[in-house]
Amino acid sequence: MLNKAQLFRNAAVCVSLAATWSLGADELNMRTGVTDISKAVYDLHMIMLWVCVIIGTVVFSAMFISMLLHRKSRGAIPATFHDSLKLEFAWTIIPMAILIALAIPATGTLIEMYDTGGEELSIEVRAYQWKWQYKYLDEDLNSTFSFFSNMSTPKDQIYNKEAKGEHYLLEVDNVLRIPTNRKVRFLITSEDVIHAWWVPDFGIKRDAVPGMLNDLWTLVNEPGTYRGQCTELCGKDHGFMPIVVEAMPEADYDAWYLKQVAAESARIEALSKTFSADELMLEGEKVYASFCASCHQLDGKGVPPVFPGLAGSSVAVGARDEHLRLVYEGVPGTSMAAFGKQLDAAQLAAVVHYERHAWGNNTDDITQPRDVINLFSAP
Amino acid sequence: MNAVLESSHDAHHHGPVNTGLKRWLFTTNHKDIGTLYLWFSFSMFLIGGVLALIIRTELFQPGLQFIEPEFFNQMTTNHGLIMVFGAIMPAFVGLANWMVPLMVGAPDMALPRMNNLSFWILPFAFTMIISTLFMPGGGPNFGWTFYAPLSTTYAPDSVTFFIFAVHIMGASSIMGSINIIATILNMRAPGMTLMKMPLFVWTWLITAYLLLAVMPVLAGVVTMMLFDIHFGTSFFNAAGGGDPVMFQHIFWFFGHPEVYIMILPAFGVVSQIIPTFARKRLFGYDSMVYATSSIAFLSFIVWAHHMFTVGMPLAGQLFFMYATMIIAVPTGVKVFNWVSTMWQGSMTFETPMLFSIAFVILFTIGGFSGLMLAITPADYQYHDTYFVVAHFHYVLVPGALFSIIAAVYYWLPKWCGRMYDESLGKIHFWLSFIGVNVTFFPQHFSGLAGMPRRVPDYAMQFADFNMISSVGAFLFGFSQVFFLYVIIKAIKSGQPASDRVWEGAHGLEWTIASPAPYHTFTEPPVFDDSEVHS
Ligand SMILES: [Cu+2]
Repeated sequence: MLNKAQLFRNAAVCVSLAATWSLGADELNMRTGVTDISKAVYDLHMIMLWVCVIIGTVVFSAMFISMLLHRKSRGAIPATFHDSLKLEFAWTIIPMAILIALAIPATGTLIEMYDTGGEELSIEVRAYQWKWQYKYLDEDLNSTFSFFSNMSTPKDQIYNKEAKGEHYLLEVDNVLRIPTNRKVRFLITSEDVIHAWWVPDFGIKRDAVPGMLNDLWTLVNEPGTYRGQCTELCGKDHGFMPIVVEAMPEADYDAWYLKQVAAESARIEALSKTFSADELMLEGEKVYASFCASCHQLDGKGVPPVFPGLAGSSVAVGARDEHLRLVYEGVPGTSMAAFGKQLDAAQLAAVVHYERHAWGNNTDDITQPRDVINLFSAP
Repeated sequence: MNAVLESSHDAHHHGPVNTGLKRWLFTTNHKDIGTLYLWFSFSMFLIGGVLALIIRTELFQPGLQFIEPEFFNQMTTNHGLIMVFGAIMPAFVGLANWMVPLMVGAPDMALPRMNNLSFWILPFAFTMIISTLFMPGGGPNFGWTFYAPLSTTYAPDSVTFFIFAVHIMGASSIMGSINIIATILNMRAPGMTLMKMPLFVWTWLITAYLLLAVMPVLAGVVTMMLFDIHFGTSFFNAAGGGDPVMFQHIFWFFGHPEVYIMILPAFGVVSQIIPTFARKRLFGYDSMVYATSSIAFLSFIVWAHHMFTVGMPLAGQLFFMYATMIIAVPTGVKVFNWVSTMWQGSMTFETPMLFSIAFVILFTIGGFSGLMLAITPADYQYHDTYFVVAHFHYVLVPGALFSIIAAVYYWLPKWCGRMYDESLGKIHFWLSFIGVNVTFFPQHFSGLAGMPRRVPDYAMQFADFNMISSVGAFLFGFSQVFFLYVIIKAIKSGQPASDRVWEGAHGLEWTIASPAPYHTFTEPPVFDDSEVHS
């Protein structure tokens, strides 16, 4: 018996140590977040947690007391009762009442979360394998400008050849920027498989489903950078499509927004320009790295047989227009997306030019934006 | 075929008609088939476990060390498929095969030849599933929930084999459940009314109806996939006017009852074992039956709680939230009944009892996190994170799996006439108990901190929890190999077991000799109330 007492005391010390450690580390619990919604969700979570802890304590105590006292080794004689309508009734009704009490605040928060409307800004979030596209929409829900957001953690960090950075796997090339103090609506959809868009600090998560437009809203008061991840299995690089949102003070946001609008007109101008081969290679390499390399690999060797290599491939050194068409229209029924929907003519020209001249591919053609436009606007 | 016919004609035989491989291939004996199911499920359990350890090895540290993401996805997918369809479900069917006839006093299952068939198609299904891993393009990599269009338009070619394998498993389950229903409803000993049946028989009766109801739905959804992939339909293809969300509705209409298919027989097992070792009748037998039935009913109307983030209208979200919360009531009733059974009993703590008590505690913890997941607004934060992984592993590992292990220790002496080594059994219990908690408890924390499930790599703040989890997983994996040793040792050299085996055991299965003769209850037994127990 003494041994057992010691055992229990040791166990108690361990548990309390663990508890102290856990209180010290805030990554042990759900994040409170920075929006009214995320705080309401956190409160719900804590209520549920405590209700469970209390019920668990009562039930498990009864069990442990019974295990301690009602054991044969202590000479316990088994009782003969095996039914009690009163008890059965009580432990049906009481949990029912507790559940109703829990459902009330949960319903309230849910209704609040569904309260879209009155937003000052709409952003379309479009998921692709394995990146996000953010389109800033005007009042008629047409795109004012848009950009892609790719994970920017270098491969060398992932393959442990380099020390991992502070925001390992949770960093992107282009962050989504939103203003503080304004209600922002997100329209979420997908171009290929199902993904899910989640920013824990905002307390919002929604699936991006092809052919469906889900909406979601948030209102952030504190400026800052908030990080999340895709949370629906979406294929090979599901673990590598982070979400980074920067909530900016309103004035900063407005200034940034105007700059983007200006950049957008520059982009449209580029569609009618003629580029040198070097310019095309340089831009093409960038586009390739963020749109093609995750499947076809930076070295152009691909991952056969699922993702064919491009170095020396019949497409990349074959007829140029066929190559362009394949990139533009994709290959239905495979992972090869229709990049005509993702890239503009200047980017398409650059990346096709790059693929035809990199890794020892050596065609003597040059591809300009107008080649793309001519090929696909022809009747 | 002749041998089969002869064996059923020559009922006076005392042992199997055939010997060697032929005995097992052509057997129509419920005990042989039960044994086959149990060994098959154990080997699947080991294979699924190896896949789990590959996953935990990669996740031991941040970064990619051992396997590529594409292969990682194949591991998570096949781990899930093999454990659910290859380990847990066949293990319960094996227990049903052995025990249902013995518990109701029947000479065999009602449809012995179909019984043979329903087992022997399973190895083909799983050989096919496992062989996909070696096909060009790799095996299924879309998660065990195989959401379209990832599992259709974007799937590797091997998906067709996966679909065929699911059809075979489904056929096996349907045949198995028809057999169990027919046996229970038609072949009970005189005097054993429905409300005097052992609870294990009750829970299996209800489970068999669940299987009958939902396995065709699963077959339907994989057939729709097949048509999308090969015959140009667009059930789940948005570009062709289909709806990927419809896939999830159909899948979870199967999938949620499936969850209860894996836990109701566990309730039954624990309801047999706790009264035995508390030496006291099961508390609230009637309410146990009603609770099981209401859980089964509710399991059909809660499926969309797996899909709270998919974008349903508010009214839908509220309905599924409320319906899901209600499940806590009958589940609570069960837990309260088990505790009341223990209360003022005269308990001893042999290995089956230890596993059953751990079941009650840890399953309840899994139930608590389930209740938290039911709260839609909070679910947005939990959904598809490691919190969910922790939740369903608590329900399936120290839940379903512990009950199977408990059942094996409890009935093994009856099966082979020999006792396992009690101290080894206890060591196995404590290793498993510690292993399971070290593995899965930290996953609650990494989930709350924001770690998504099904990722091959993770941000730095999740590193500690993952390392602990991986250590626990290896401990747990090792202890199940130890389990194999304990079992083999018992079969080979265990002490002879008495007929009653356990002091507090009641039920027809304990009235026959240990080991159970090859043919039992060829004459209907006398069933009197002294064997009514639970
Ligand atoms: Cu994704």
